[in-house]
Amino acid sequence: MEQLLEILKQLHPDVDFALEEDLIGDGILDSLDIVTLITEINCTFDVSIPAEEIIPENFASADAILALIERLDEE
Amino acid sequence: MSFTSASFLLFAVLTLLLYYTLPKRWQWILLLGASYVFYFFAGAEYLLFILFTTAVTYLCGHLMQKRADAEDAFVEANRETLSKAERKEFRAAEKKKRFRILLMGLLLGFGVLAVVKYTSFVLSGISSIGQAFGAAPLRIPELLLPLGISFYTFQSMGYLIDVYRKTARAEKNPLRLALFVSYFPQLIQGPISRFGDLAPQLFSEHRFDGFRFRAGLGRVAWGYFKKLIVADTAMIAVKALVENKDGGFTGVYVLLLILLYSAQIYGDFTGGIDITIGFSELLGIRLAENFDRPFSSRSTKEYWRRWHITMGTWFTDYVFYPLSVTKSMQRFSKWSREKLGTAVGKRLPVYFATVTTWFLTGLWHGAGWNFIVWGLLNCLVILVSQELQPLYDRFNRHFPRLTASRAWGAWQALRTFLLMGLIRSLDCYRNVPTTFRMWASMLTDWNIGELFLGGLTSFGLSVSDWCVLLGGILLLALGSRLGKKRPVREWLAERPILLCAALCLLAVAILLFGAYGIGYDASQFIYNQF
Repeated sequence: MEQLLEILKQLHPDVDFALEEDLIGDGILDSLDIVTLITEINCTFDVSIPAEEIIPENFASADAILALIERLDEE
Repeated sequence: MSFTSASFLLFAVLTLLLYYTLPKRWQWILLLGASYVFYFFAGAEYLLFILFTTAVTYLCGHLMQKRADAEDAFVEANRETLSKAERKEFRAAEKKKRFRILLMGLLLGFGVLAVVKYTSFVLSGISSIGQAFGAAPLRIPELLLPLGISFYTFQSMGYLIDVYRKTARAEKNPLRLALFVSYFPQLIQGPISRFGDLAPQLFSEHRFDGFRFRAGLGRVAWGYFKKLIVADTAMIAVKALVENKDGGFTGVYVLLLILLYSAQIYGDFTGGIDITIGFSELLGIRLAENFDRPFSSRSTKEYWRRWHITMGTWFTDYVFYPLSVTKSMQRFSKWSREKLGTAVGKRLPVYFATVTTWFLTGLWHGAGWNFIVWGLLNCLVILVSQELQPLYDRFNRHFPRLTASRAWGAWQALRTFLLMGLIRSLDCYRNVPTTFRMWASMLTDWNIGELFLGGLTSFGLSVSDWCVLLGGILLLALGSRLGKKRPVREWLAERPILLCAALCLLAVAILLFGAYGIGYDASQFIYNQF
């Protein structure tokens, strides 16, 4: 989780990602952030996030992103 | 059959009467029949194109679904015997097979669009290059551009991608799929719907709902007001300013053109969408919203989240994301991180996908360099803003009270509005160099004084036209402001007498001030041409 929070912090240093629960709905992450985030996740966690997994629910919070990473790693 | 024609009004009334009197299970069949009648009157020859796209979409969707079902059944049946790695391998191989079918569908679907829309553009380019080397000019064929082809092709191809990704199940009934492709209210200018959102509504049975009907009626009337009073009045001036017959409409007139064209396209496109969504509400069908008060956006990125929303999300979901996360793109990113550093490697996928997406968005709007430059300029503004974000953040931290003030918000909205208007004026002038010359003239020709010496009435708008236009724009702004929390029409729909009065007022306003009647060449909606 720390690694993920570190990546998110680099995108928006002023946001407390541990508390935010609707990163997409609240307009904190936009499409450019998502792609940057995916590139970082791919490098750090060695998982590949396909386009069909890029839906608001999977990127709504740090917990949701971590759950996605773990699920893709499992599969 | 334009939305602004009397024949459309008659057609709409007849469709509604039949829709609510026939047995409910026939409602979707009636809509299919009405859609094809509507399209037939737009041009019988267009039918072939929409039938072809429907057939390709149906067949490819059906084939992919068959494979996906067989894949799931096989994995389920062999869950005990197959290892995790074998299951993964099998699914990956199946996905590749589905991808081949998808690719075939996309090539055929977009192929037709490319041929009818871009052949002349490509041939003119080749001809120009040839002529530069002394070759004879090529004969450029005049190809038929079927009405709404960009919209229904994008909607159909979006459906195919959803079936490929297994986020939608393919429709078994070809007639139902035909209705999804051809649903007439949105056929010619969108919104571009997703199968998962639209299909359940098209195929369910709808009872007459008085409240929704009244709200829909209010929205349709509001759409006509926007189109016939604001857009078509502004169009008279835009046309004259662009034609620039005596060559005098430079300098401040270019700024006026930017403002007037903003009013025209807003009234035209949002008005058309209001008619589309409002008419669907009369049928009990809710379509996706395409606008969210875009002219109050504070940045270009925000503007594009609020203007032509369904096109924006289409390009984001089906072009931008897939391009950014392809394995080759991610490998390229890794390679560039190692060779060029983290900062560059991190940006490359985003930059590449953004430039490609905006290039295609420009091309989607039309086959011409002005549209391509329009797309790339939007892209440039977005990427520059992205790079300057740390600077903005620092500014916000240093001046928190200023940046939180309403005046600052208003300045940001005005800046975004003018910038978007400037780029949008590429739609107007006949080519890119002329547009750039006109932009430059705003800095060199200081002719603001002319406006007060009769200049304001020198391009087709009389004093009374100006009053109508400004009054209309004021009403639009007021409606947008009042409807921030809840649309005004819904508030009115709960008070039938007030709604009735509002509808009568709008009708009188359109009859008195609208552009219509014998001799008036009912201008098409701008987005019909896309």
